[in-house]
Amino acid sequence: MIDTSTLEKQILDGVSAASDEAALEAVRVGALGKKGSISELLKSLGAMSPDERKVNGPRFNTLRDRVTEAIAARKTALQSAALNARLASERIDVTLPARPEPQGTVHPVSQVLDEVTAIFADLGFAVAEGPDIELDDYNFTKLNIPPDHPARQMHDTFYMAKQPAASSSEAVGQRNVLRTHTSPVQVRTMLKAKPPIRIVAPGRTYRVDSDATHSPMFHQYEGLVVDEGISLGHLKWVLEEFYKAFFEVDQVELRARPSYFPFTEPSVEWDLRCDRSVPGKIVFGTGNDWLELAGSGMVHPRVLAMCGIDPERYSGFAFGGGLDRLAMLKYGIPDIRPFFESDLRWLKHYGFAALDVPTLDGGLSR
Amino acid sequence: MKFSLSWLKDHLDTDAGAATVADKLTSIGLEVESIEDAGARLKDFVVAHVISAEKHPNADKLKLCMVDAGDGQPIQVVCGAPNAHTGMKAVFAKPGTIIPVSGEALKIGTIRGLESRGMLCSSRELLLGDDHSGIIVLPADAVVGQPAARALGLNDPVIDVSITPNRGDATSVYGIARDLAAAGLGTLKTPEISPVAGKFESPIQVAVNAGDACPIFAGRLIRGVKNGPSPQWVQERLKAIGLRPISALVDVTNLMSHDRGRPLHVFDADKLSGNLQARFAKDGETLLALDGKTYTLDSRMTVIADDAAARGIAGVMGGEETGCSDETVNVFLESAWFDPVRTAATGRKLAILSDARYRFERGVDPEFVVPGLELATKWILEWCGGEASEPVVAGRPPAWRREIAFDVARVKSLGGIDVAKDEIVRILTNLGFKVDGEMKVTPPSWRSDIEGQADLVEEVVRIHGLDKVPSTPMPRSGAVAKATLTPSQRRTRLVRRTLAARGFNETINFTFIPRAHAKLFGGGDDARQLENPIAADLDAMRPSLLPSLLAAAGRNQARGAIDLMLAELGAQFESGMPEAQSAVAAGVRIGNGARSWSKATHPADAFDVKADMLAALEAAMGSAMTAPIKPGAAPWYHPGRSGTLALGPKVLGFFGELHPAVIAAFDIKGPAAAFEIFLDAIPEPKTKGKARSTFAPSPYPAVERDFAFVVDAAVAAEDVLKAARNVDRQLIERVEVFDVYEGKGVAEGRKSLAIAVRLQPKDKTLTDAEIDAAAQKIVAAVANATGGELRT
Repeated sequence: MIDTSTLEKQILDGVSAASDEAALEAVRVGALGKKGSISELLKSLGAMSPDERKVNGPRFNTLRDRVTEAIAARKTALQSAALNARLASERIDVTLPARPEPQGTVHPVSQVLDEVTAIFADLGFAVAEGPDIELDDYNFTKLNIPPDHPARQMHDTFYMAKQPAASSSEAVGQRNVLRTHTSPVQVRTMLKAKPPIRIVAPGRTYRVDSDATHSPMFHQYEGLVVDEGISLGHLKWVLEEFYKAFFEVDQVELRARPSYFPFTEPSVEWDLRCDRSVPGKIVFGTGNDWLELAGSGMVHPRVLAMCGIDPERYSGFAFGGGLDRLAMLKYGIPDIRPFFESDLRWLKHYGFAALDVPTLDGGLSR
Repeated sequence: MKFSLSWLKDHLDTDAGAATVADKLTSIGLEVESIEDAGARLKDFVVAHVISAEKHPNADKLKLCMVDAGDGQPIQVVCGAPNAHTGMKAVFAKPGTIIPVSGEALKIGTIRGLESRGMLCSSRELLLGDDHSGIIVLPADAVVGQPAARALGLNDPVIDVSITPNRGDATSVYGIARDLAAAGLGTLKTPEISPVAGKFESPIQVAVNAGDACPIFAGRLIRGVKNGPSPQWVQERLKAIGLRPISALVDVTNLMSHDRGRPLHVFDADKLSGNLQARFAKDGETLLALDGKTYTLDSRMTVIADDAAARGIAGVMGGEETGCSDETVNVFLESAWFDPVRTAATGRKLAILSDARYRFERGVDPEFVVPGLELATKWILEWCGGEASEPVVAGRPPAWRREIAFDVARVKSLGGIDVAKDEIVRILTNLGFKVDGEMKVTPPSWRSDIEGQADLVEEVVRIHGLDKVPSTPMPRSGAVAKATLTPSQRRTRLVRRTLAARGFNETINFTFIPRAHAKLFGGGDDARQLENPIAADLDAMRPSLLPSLLAAAGRNQARGAIDLMLAELGAQFESGMPEAQSAVAAGVRIGNGARSWSKATHPADAFDVKADMLAALEAAMGSAMTAPIKPGAAPWYHPGRSGTLALGPKVLGFFGELHPAVIAAFDIKGPAAAFEIFLDAIPEPKTKGKARSTFAPSPYPAVERDFAFVVDAAVAAEDVLKAARNVDRQLIERVEVFDVYEGKGVAEGRKSLAIAVRLQPKDKTLTDAEIDAAAQKIVAAVANATGGELRT
């Protein structure tokens, strides 16, 4: 009887000793390869007598199976160790910063503009626009502010240096101005549209005024409604609903004061009840302070008539306020001048994320 | 318009205090800007008698005082004021009183070993003035223990009201009292004005020769006056509102202006030659006015002139040479009515702000010309003696009477509030309007601003109470609100947020820029200049947004921010006319981008901003941007590193690296690239309906083939792509450049352009032969179009 135990021990020792897959393969070839020791044993079965074969066949086969199994097991172990070693070597410092992407921002005025238009869209107001350089006629005269009217002094007006060529009859003899308010958009709208009219007109406006609380360029928004049967009561309702939605409070209280604008009659200024008892903070709808927020009134019959609308049949209201001011009040921005200084630090501090699109269903702000 | 409460009460019988008066004024449209109530502010300070003031035993410059503050108990006070002396009356603060200048409560202190149980105050400590050289010395008759404010004559609150330009009637204390009385706050008690009988004929005659500019001119001579200080009550009135009393003959005009809203003028009659007339000025005529300046007048201005020269600018300011002095003996009093529009124009042209102009341009009561003259005469005679002539009057008051048929239903339809007819009539009558049984309403002479029914509604509503107008919901046009933005507004919003998402910080910059900057961008011409810029270097309307952004970039770099991505959406101006402005979105990339341990940076270049421009345009249009790029852009770009995207003749955008000269002009460090998108040029989206085209991917495999062509370095990549694409637009789905190479292995002046072509059959699988045929066609087409040959 051929002794296989020595051979087996020798091979299995080799398997155990193989430190990598190549060494293990060498052991496998030495045992199970074409000329391997076990292969030779198996080949030798052919030359044996049936009786010897009967005894040795199973023994050799068992030996082969055991060795095959041991090699496979060793191979798995070696692969696993190799993977672990690789993974260990591939470790990175995950605390290093992420790859930088530039962080863009939307200017607070643009953000607030989107908020304002979302609210007024729900109230049925379309957005109307007009040019920054405006005809004197539209900025003043058609708004019932004829030349030499004392109200012109309320507007510290920027004038264009050059008399325009007489390209249109309205421009004759008057220099163009940088619009002092968004109200000329009312004129432009009424000259081309017929009632019912509901518009909100936001945009840049200009006054020759620059100090701690004034910027020579700023933003206004202006609302105009013209229809049959429109009264001051409707104006009050629209402003209440607007401020409630804009400041995202359940209740607001408005105080009306008679005032004067040449293009409205009656004219009303509105104050909003607020609480300023905590320095640097303002809460609307409660408190003992009043904050002046909007000028307004019923569109002057003469303005309607000058814009081709029959004041006997139609009436309307107009209101306006500062867009920058709304942004300052809502988002606690203390000073208007940096709005237009483009200081990157300011833009990043007060700006809004690109995808923060104000919606009525999602909320106007976070 | 300022007045004190006691002055108001000269005209108004009321118990109301300053706060009540102020609330009522604001509620009826006379907006209170401030109330200065020193009496209330200083209520804790009392009059004290200094029983003794001796040298402090331990200090040379201090005094040890014993003070009686009214309760009979002497109080020991250490005082440093050099003027503290025995027997004086002073302002005393007891411990615990808040001292205005410091805002802190006074404590009992020990000074140089002696206790001080209070303080004697200076003007500065009470915020009454700057004087801190000594303590306030009160009059000897001041009553010990009473509020010091009373002894100082400061117990009369001063109210400052902002008068809107339509309310000429409220530019006087009397006018304000009249409005308050109509609003139910007290009753008017102003005495009637009775005429002063003349003692002789006026030797100086008046005439009106200025048409509508001066329809009435009244006057009279008063002879034998003695000018001097005006009475105490007049001085107090004037001082309370911040005017300096000068002399009786000057103070009389200031008092008339503020008390009655009736500016008038007092000439020294001995300095006049001949008669007076209102006439238009002669072009170039000059006048030395009371402010000491010489003004050059023109023929649209009105003057009061004697036979020799102009002596006053009508409604604006009197002349210096004929003004009153202490030696004046004979005066001529002028009371006239000047047209508001001309007065405003004259005042503005000469840049004179005066109390007279303020009132005339708002409209002075045309029926008060003669009564005003009578009242002023009375005052002059009372204060200065003398005797008055008969008045002389030329012309007549301008027509002011008009009748408005008032449909009272307008109160509801415009004002939104129900007010009973009786109440409407009562309000209008109280305001001085005449109302007849058919609701024909005649406004009073002092309300030239009332022109129509809307004005009457305002009067009714403001007196009835604007706060009573109920909030009235407006009807909705549909249950769900419709979209209201125009396509262009929607595009602007998409572009703004796309740029922000790409990393741009949105800015908003002034639309006026330095002219020198404007010239670099094709602007800076006269048509775009401002007449009155806010600063000398903010004088040109910008021809492009880029100078604004580059200036902003320069400022940020000066603060240490080197890498920048700034954008703006706004207007640029092609001329000085309204129709010549266009909406633009522009952005600049400056620097190399943020440094990172893991990513190579690169200088901002044309391809960065090309991607920005295309992304913004694609967001705006909602579809891929396929219009071709032409090399070159506006002159402020690098001529070889910029491009233009146009649809036919319409330029949609420029992009590229900026011209080195421009970068230098803005003092910017580092590479700078920019884009401009002309939002108004973006075509309106085609209305194809909402449904997308059917999704039908080909079931047959696509084949991708790479080609490397060697072409002349000047050949545009787009030409190679186009040649390949046009071989079979059905079969060729996509052609892309994946490598550009110049250098070793490629001949000088040539470049290698590697493109990937993707073939996507729609109806069968391509055979090798078909693929080869397509490849050969592509090689031939590129060779034909560009001279390119396959790289081997």
